[in-house]
Amino acid sequence: MGLVESGRVPKPLSKLLNLSRKYSIWAYQWGLACCAIEMGAAFASPRYDVMRLGVIPFPASPRQADLVVIAGTVTDKLAPAVVRLYEQMPDPKYVISMGSCANCGGPYWDSYSVTKGVDQLIPVDVYVPGCPPRPEALLEGVLLLQERIAHEDMAERWKGDPIVVS
Amino acid sequence: MTAVSDPNQLADLLAEATDTRVNLDFESEGMTLNMGPQHPATHGTLRIVAKLDGEQVISAEPICGYMHRGYEKIVEVRTYPQINALINRIDWLGSFANEVPFILAAEKLMGVEAPPRAQWIRTILFEMSRVANISLFLGDFGLQLGGMTAGFYAFRDREHVLNQIESATGGRFHPNFDRIGGLKDDLPKGWISDSHVAMDKLLAFCDEMEDLLVGNEIFQSRTRGIGIIPADIALSYGLSGANLRASGVDWDLRRDGCPPGLVYDQADWKVWTHPDGDCFARTWVRLQETREAAKIVKQLLDTIPAGPVMAKVPRIIKVPEGEAYVATENPLGEMGYYVVSKGDLVPFRVKIRSASFNNISIVPWVARGAYVPDLISILGSLYFILGDIDR
Repeated sequence: MGLVESGRVPKPLSKLLNLSRKYSIWAYQWGLACCAIEMGAAFASPRYDVMRLGVIPFPASPRQADLVVIAGTVTDKLAPAVVRLYEQMPDPKYVISMGSCANCGGPYWDSYSVTKGVDQLIPVDVYVPGCPPRPEALLEGVLLLQERIAHEDMAERWKGDPIVVS
Repeated sequence: MTAVSDPNQLADLLAEATDTRVNLDFESEGMTLNMGPQHPATHGTLRIVAKLDGEQVISAEPICGYMHRGYEKIVEVRTYPQINALINRIDWLGSFANEVPFILAAEKLMGVEAPPRAQWIRTILFEMSRVANISLFLGDFGLQLGGMTAGFYAFRDREHVLNQIESATGGRFHPNFDRIGGLKDDLPKGWISDSHVAMDKLLAFCDEMEDLLVGNEIFQSRTRGIGIIPADIALSYGLSGANLRASGVDWDLRRDGCPPGLVYDQADWKVWTHPDGDCFARTWVRLQETREAAKIVKQLLDTIPAGPVMAKVPRIIKVPEGEAYVATENPLGEMGYYVVSKGDLVPFRVKIRSASFNNISIVPWVARGAYVPDLISILGSLYFILGDIDR
């Protein structure tokens, strides 16, 4: 991939690479609270069936995943584990924040132990609102992420700047 | 069967029972195995730190608090209707069942009683959430022991119940349907006949699970005789629900201490117990309970009385001064709310007694001497939900 590394990718090649990337997302299920069950319904139930969108929801470890779905309440005690999970994933990596708790704290906005939004810890690509969101909403979030991947500039993505996690 | 009340005698009993499972003479310098904080067998974010000797667990300590959301503090600044929306999320699989004891405690303090129709619908939705909860347990437990098909089947058939809950309450997952003095709305048209169909499907699902999972030889060899909890030890650790009944204790709050406002006495049903107390017994009791719950729903659907669904309550709810504790038999066990009110818009203090916290307290005892794969069986069969542990 010398072309990609040097930042000179012809447009058709970039489009082809993006097309193949967006239909082969390996999603890691980071189910934490109520949303985990709806994520399970979206990812592992015959009624919703995320695999028809080209998402494979059973990687054995975050090291094999392209996408992590943070589904549920992130507490301050759990925050280091979330950051560590994100750091373990190989680039390019994407994050879907599912549910109000992961977006902004949700109904626990004034709780002393809840992190108000997972975007304080890791960069988030798609926010799925709801408490919990319906499985259809998560599928919509996956579609939005695929749209984002399809329009990504490969040279921009691989230009080598490390993503800084605070 | 009574609990051992003398603490010294209990300590001796516990030590003796656990030490027989571990050969202390050959204990080597072991390794420490960390499970979690995120592991499929923990239904959320529970961390188990297990000290191993070879393949045998010498000690296992559950570390909870990864899902602590501070309920008991938050509810001190929420009004009663707001609390009702919030506490749906404690045990997120049986959401409606969480609301009922709190509403009943508030009703007890206010001295109002829901009309008969509301009581009937409450009981029906309570049992429906039990079906939705435990049907997922059956699938999930299969998944943890390596049988993925069970998980898919559970997710498929659970949707029938969720559809009914959604069409009645508007909430697929968190209904927030119970109100002080009754219910938010009446049932929609055609709901009763639809519910009959859904419950028939769930009864067929139970039969399927009995053939597919509980009757499976591999499943039985991984659960029979593993994680045995004797009745007196179960009682001393404060276990409740199916975990207690699987140890042979015939105790069910729906029958033995049903608070006024739920109409379990109007249906003909049975409390199932199992004498073994092992992982298989806990699964089996839950399977029978799902069936019983579906039968209760079917019976109550035929006898719903006519009338209003809401009693007369003031628009702004102020609960008079006093204290009340109401506990019900939730899908996971005894769940109770101790509400202290000072006559304000918000409660002064609410203590939430949730079943899972007590149910996992037995993990160090029951895991000692077990093998590592059996730890998954034990954790899965104890069936806890993290929101219910940490609150």
